[in-house]
Amino acid sequence: MIGGMSRIVRTMTTLIFGFILVYGFYVIAHGHISPGGGFQGGAIVASAFALLLVTYGTDQIQSYLSKDLLSILESTGLVLFITFAFLGLGATFFYNFVSNSGGLFGSPTTIGVNPGDLNTGGTIALMNMAVGLEVLAALGVIVLTMSVAAETIQKKEKQ
Amino acid sequence: MIGNFPFIAVIILIGLGVYSLLFKKNLIKIAIGLTLIESGVNLFLIALGFRKGAVAPIYTQAPEGVKMVLPTPQALCLTSIVIGVATTALILSIVMVIYQKYGTINTDEIRRLRG
Amino acid sequence: MKKPVFFIAFIFFLAFMVLAAIGMRPFGEPSISNMDDYFIENAQAETAANNVVTTIVFDYRGFDTLGEGTVLFTAVVGIVALFREVAK
Repeated sequence: MIGGMSRIVRTMTTLIFGFILVYGFYVIAHGHISPGGGFQGGAIVASAFALLLVTYGTDQIQSYLSKDLLSILESTGLVLFITFAFLGLGATFFYNFVSNSGGLFGSPTTIGVNPGDLNTGGTIALMNMAVGLEVLAALGVIVLTMSVAAETIQKKEKQ
Repeated sequence: MIGNFPFIAVIILIGLGVYSLLFKKNLIKIAIGLTLIESGVNLFLIALGFRKGAVAPIYTQAPEGVKMVLPTPQALCLTSIVIGVATTALILSIVMVIYQKYGTINTDEIRRLRG
Repeated sequence: MKKPVFFIAFIFFLAFMVLAAIGMRPFGEPSISNMDDYFIENAQAETAANNVVTTIVFDYRGFDTLGEGTVLFTAVVGIVALFREVAK
């Protein structure tokens, strides 16, 4: 039975869950200046969802984590990614039209080794966020669907 | 020979994966074999792009005057890992549905039940 | 080891892989690296990002990432469609 776990595990999960979320979004947002990016940060956030599912059981979590909402988020991420790719169509598909233009994420970086500036990268930073949204929602949907189905199959077998 | 140790590790990983694909009857063990082959291929690509004494290709606070490893294999492996997670989840879901329908995940028995 | 054909094929496969690994060029010296050297030299000036790997994933080889997103989406659609009947 995939039920809830003991009180110790529940307390530690409620303590740690926020830190894992913040770390995942940090990795997504700093993808263009430090190791990381949308894929890795999305996987970290999805692992936080998996931790919640293991600790509290699927019945309690289903009211907080809606599969429909995650599905919509996933489609939004993919559509945003393709939109950023199409916006550069003045030059070519996937053209980085924001970089070195001076606006948001548009300031030029110093060539060579530098301490790193968050306001650089152009469409790379924006696409990082879009892909991070897509990956976290996709892996969350996968984990949620599989655990709900496993629960249902086990209930049917007990009858 | 000893300098080629990462390639030997790749052979061990892919060999174990192919062994479980050929000789195991349990569907979950076959899925584990596929995952082993996938990680072996990822390790092979990363090992191909390595340079001796080089650092990761990120300019933020990198040491001065050191060479960098090839970035393209790392980028390809990055996408390949996430795809691997998703396809492994799909394979395991199909195994779950098969178990619910037939009551077993042994390939011989499934073949016998169908015919 | 009930199936001798599989066993022989497996031994041949392993022998082929070991021979290929022994004949491989030594670890740590890539033979052709013109494209990657271009990326390392010019990524900062062309895309203004410090992380060269992310630059390749989202800019130089964006089509790969587009295909990757499509595969991820398709896998999720497949899983949800598989379990639609089970969850009833």
